[in-house]
Amino acid sequence: MKKVMGASFEKFRTPEVKRMERRLFLRQGLSLGALALLTGCAITEEEKIQNVLMRMSGWNDDVQGWLFSSNRLAPEFPESRITKPFPFNAYYSEEEVIDVDGGAYKLELGGMIKERKPWTLPELYALPQVSQVTRHICVEGWSAIGKWSGVRFSDFLQRVGADTSAKYVGIQCMDDYSTSIDMATALHPQTQLSFKYADQILPPKYGFPMKLRMPTKLGFKNPKHIAAIFVTNEYPGGYWEDKGYNWFSGS
Amino acid sequence: MAPEVVKVHPPIVRIAHWLNALAVLVMITSGWRIYNADPLFDFSFPDQVSLGGWLAGALQWHFAAMWLFVLNGIVYVAYGILSGHFRRKLLPLSPLGVLRDIAAAFRGKLAHDDLTVYNAAQRAAYLGLIFLLMVLVLTGLVLWKPVQFHWYGQYIGDYEGARLLHFFAMAGVGLIVAVHVAMVALVPRTFPSMITGRIRRSV
Repeated sequence: MKKVMGASFEKFRTPEVKRMERRLFLRQGLSLGALALLTGCAITEEEKIQNVLMRMSGWNDDVQGWLFSSNRLAPEFPESRITKPFPFNAYYSEEEVIDVDGGAYKLELGGMIKERKPWTLPELYALPQVSQVTRHICVEGWSAIGKWSGVRFSDFLQRVGADTSAKYVGIQCMDDYSTSIDMATALHPQTQLSFKYADQILPPKYGFPMKLRMPTKLGFKNPKHIAAIFVTNEYPGGYWEDKGYNWFSGS
Repeated sequence: MAPEVVKVHPPIVRIAHWLNALAVLVMITSGWRIYNADPLFDFSFPDQVSLGGWLAGALQWHFAAMWLFVLNGIVYVAYGILSGHFRRKLLPLSPLGVLRDIAAAFRGKLAHDDLTVYNAAQRAAYLGLIFLLMVLVLTGLVLWKPVQFHWYGQYIGDYEGARLLHFFAMAGVGLIVAVHVAMVALVPRTFPSMITGRIRRSV
């Protein structure tokens, strides 16, 4: 059930994103086809293998959920260990980073949340903030240490009356990126709605006006340029997750 | 004297051997594709010998095959210890004996009359392989879940240390497997014995 493409994001998908997804899907289809020719495998065999791998990935989601402990903290580092410059990463290049108008910005809330009033940046900045110096680990293998400051996400969820018995928190971003996380990780003490990098307001390349920083998840699960946060029991999927990356992707 | 056919390799060892061969092949070829996403050193593995098509596919293969690899490994090691198989076949092991046998092998003088007894070089290689595969599991767990396994990951250089160790242990496994396959090619009658479990004691 979980691996059905999330309907919750559908309303956020622009035609441009849909075109991009189609292109990627076609490209992967081509490479799969080439592989099938090489190995003499029929496409149906290919699909069967794909299904087994996806099921194993779902099983690995469950195992990671079971391994995950709310009390186990990601290591924190002295500021001298911070990686400079901290690498930029996204599904697009650095020149394509979006410019967000902070004055007009409002964070939208949706789903199983009591108070869904949108939040302006001054309202968000007025919340009590914490800092962390933690390691960001990319699914590609590299890692980098950075410093983020913002509001503890569990505090924020409680403040807005989120139903924390729900399964998922979905995040839709302004750069047409999206992801979703398990509630246990959303409530982890180091999960942070970050407004600052290295004590400065997040520059555009690091996700202005805010990112969700989770040192207990791989880098691609840490969304930038957040537009909306929603709480749901329906599996929402995500940009990379829908393309085959493991959904839980915990650290 | 007529050659005597004797039993070697109990069924559980033969099954574990081939399941392990399959699992290690998938782990290494998918691992190469994962390595290529962000190479540690100044080289990449050719795409033609890697598995998965792209990073996400390779990760899917890697994290699916790890279950076969680990579960099969647990059964094999538990059997090896509890049944006395390791003690009988792989021990004792003296460093001097290993050097002597390796030197003999290079001079083409390593005797193979009795294939039911492993020579010292074989014992060292098989024990070394078991050790390296265990290193791969332990460093792999730290790479997979660096926070959840930080309690011991911190002693092996954390995430980045585990990454290097994982790579070098893979290289060690690759070397042992290459030598192993070359030796089987040189003494081909050992090959069917890993399928049938029987071998002629002398020729």
